[in-house]
Amino acid sequence: MVILFNVVVCACLGATAPPAGMVMIPGGEYTPLFTKDAKPRSVSSFFLDVEAVTNAQFLQFVRANPQWRRSQVAEVFADSGYLRQWTGDLDPGVNAPPEAPVVNVSWFAARAYFKAMGKRLPTTDEWEFAALASATQADASRDADFTQKILAWYSQTTPSMLPSVHEAEANFHGVRGLHGLVWEWVIDFNNAMSVGEGRDRNDFDRDFFCGAGALGSANPNSYAAFMRFAFRSSLQGSYCVANLGFRGAKSIPAP
Amino acid sequence: MWSTGQGETIQSQYALNMQHPAMLTSTRSIHGLAFHPLIPMISTRPANSCNPKRTFLAALGLGIVIAVLNSCDGRPDLSSTEKKIQESLSLEMRQRASMNVAAPSIVAASPAPGIASEDADAAPEGEEAAVLADAPHVPPPITRKHPTKVIVKLEVREVEKRLADGVNYTFWTFGGSVPGKFIRIRQNDYVEFHLMNHPGNKMPHNIDLHAVSGQGGGAAASFTAPGHESIFSFKALNPGLFVYHCATAPVGMHIANGMYGMILVEPREGLPKVDREFYVMQSEFYTKGKFGEAGLQPFDMQKALDEKPDYVVFNGSVGAVTGDKAVQANVGDRVRLFVGNGGPNLTSSFHVIGEIFDHVYSEGGSVANRNVQTTLIPAGGSSIVDFKVEAPGNYIMVDHAILRAFNKGAVAMMKVTGEENKLVYSGKIDDRIYQPEGSDIQTIPVVYKPAPLARNKNERIDHGKLIYQRVCIACHQAEAQGIPHAFPPLAKSDFLNADVKRAIGVVANGLTGKVTVNGETFESIMPQLMLSDEDVANALTFVLNNFGNSGGEVTPDQVAEVRGKPVTAVGAKPELTN
Repeated sequence: MVILFNVVVCACLGATAPPAGMVMIPGGEYTPLFTKDAKPRSVSSFFLDVEAVTNAQFLQFVRANPQWRRSQVAEVFADSGYLRQWTGDLDPGVNAPPEAPVVNVSWFAARAYFKAMGKRLPTTDEWEFAALASATQADASRDADFTQKILAWYSQTTPSMLPSVHEAEANFHGVRGLHGLVWEWVIDFNNAMSVGEGRDRNDFDRDFFCGAGALGSANPNSYAAFMRFAFRSSLQGSYCVANLGFRGAKSIPAP
Repeated sequence: MWSTGQGETIQSQYALNMQHPAMLTSTRSIHGLAFHPLIPMISTRPANSCNPKRTFLAALGLGIVIAVLNSCDGRPDLSSTEKKIQESLSLEMRQRASMNVAAPSIVAASPAPGIASEDADAAPEGEEAAVLADAPHVPPPITRKHPTKVIVKLEVREVEKRLADGVNYTFWTFGGSVPGKFIRIRQNDYVEFHLMNHPGNKMPHNIDLHAVSGQGGGAAASFTAPGHESIFSFKALNPGLFVYHCATAPVGMHIANGMYGMILVEPREGLPKVDREFYVMQSEFYTKGKFGEAGLQPFDMQKALDEKPDYVVFNGSVGAVTGDKAVQANVGDRVRLFVGNGGPNLTSSFHVIGEIFDHVYSEGGSVANRNVQTTLIPAGGSSIVDFKVEAPGNYIMVDHAILRAFNKGAVAMMKVTGEENKLVYSGKIDDRIYQPEGSDIQTIPVVYKPAPLARNKNERIDHGKLIYQRVCIACHQAEAQGIPHAFPPLAKSDFLNADVKRAIGVVANGLTGKVTVNGETFESIMPQLMLSDEDVANALTFVLNNFGNSGGEVTPDQVAEVRGKPVTAVGAKPELTN
């Protein structure tokens, strides 16, 4: 679908202060799961929201934009599960506390949310790069304890009421809840593609299928990354999922 | 496919252990063929299954001419082929009939089982919802005689449940428990499959049914995000017992978390009738904590990669089929087990302690092996076993890789009640002491006790007699006469009586060289005997007071005195001693 890959060459890191509620993720390289030849990809510095978007914030958005209210959203932009945990169009209700992350929001709605405020959804590369960080390391991808902790979260069922975004643990960059809270939309969610068949080894888009395991993956032991790619590739832009939220990113403007 | 049912003389009623409300509202009644326990299974193949004219007409009607070519390819007269096979097995059949056991498969031996049949090219008649069952239960046998459209609805749920006492685990399930729901359909059925991923689930899931012919077994077609439902269809071309499982990346973790179950595709003619059917599926779990470590245990990826599970279980948890939850049967019942192995890694050596499988359809296929003790079930594979329970008791199912059974949980149980048949199995007839040496005194190992010391000359003579008879008699003979030219006499011995102290030294230390006794010279060896001072004293006292010798008493102290001082002199007269 839409692939927006903002490559911003920024020769003057730190020259621009991050907007309120965001932190700068210093650029670097990472090796995504799905590259067969294990070539690292470079990620430019970017701003990322410290916290996921909350029910309270999304309520403001739908107040201002009636076309994104539950009763009025176009079917093509959001499936019938859109904001299903809310009590009403403008009433999140008891099951959706104001400071909990908003979920059951489609990719189209998430995009629309940020459009007005000059932000966007992070790319897969940006999200995965920022998510390499544990609380103490910028890249903890080879830290078995860190991986196990993420896996443990993936193995748990979603609680009926999500906790506040403020309570989520901050990682090395100061970003809260990348792991352990909810899944998050990325702008190119259907780029790296698990064909739903975790063992496919045909020639179809070899670089982008994720499930071929040993053959097609740089690190077949990275079960946590496998799961994120599998999850993303199960989605369509109109899908609303009960544990899928989102947060904003912003390219660092050239000086 | 499985059996003609010839020789089947079981009269007992089909007695499935149905406890699920869903099963009581079977939609099979759509066709007026509501399941009834007394409806006999159709077990003979139609004689005209490959009648060219009939098949051709049917094919024309559907415009599928190619099916004609397939259906009779290589077997112009199927029924006569079957007759021949039947004849070759007839003797055995009669034997088995007399033993009241099911006949072996004969159709399995025909050259082209599977798609070519009377209804492979026919449109399915009607529609029904599949009856699903949770382990250890199995949906009732299919009684209709034609393929139909079957709608299967399976919901994926991620649930926290008990893995062992005090140990919980977040299972990913097909239908809410591990193993997944048992699906039962008929060969050539057209299946419309709905996979629903519960909105509260965290993961996308899909399903690969080994009963599906087609890429991925339905995996790609059923890939479903949480809160969504996928629909695909397939035709059940091959009969057999098939595993299904999730195939979403990472596949190993989805299976390790419990995503497997079984689908039975009954052959057209059905399965031989039995009294009870159960669903048992083995699998292993890889937890962060060791076996029995309490709390909610997360999945341990490294243990899974190393293939070192902490739990190997039947039906999803330790003790899922034991105690109050054991499956039940009565003496005389013919029991069929649909056994699967979800893996993800281990192969099962499936065994029922105290039973011999009358039939094993190895790997869930169509050929029966018979009289099997232990059957190997591959990961992602199955086995159909049946046996008649002849004696009451608890029958334990194990993975006979036995440490899995006793240390990791791979134990299930069948409780069989009814009359004992002492001829088949006596039980314990007697409990008696085992006496390896034939002794009727020793019941426990006895600590060796040395004989008591002699307290006087008479006791010394008595004890000495025993030693003489045990040791000395071999050479010096029963009357102490010795053997001429070999061993000197002790009876009326001048050598002995002339010098008792010397004689003590000979016995205690041995003697080598010439010795003259009662006028005869002997050249031999008197070995140093391994006798205590007490024993030497007693033996000599016995000899001195018997055999016409001069009497007297030798004490242990005297023996001790000369021990270690070898006698070198020979001759009747004391020369060196004194």
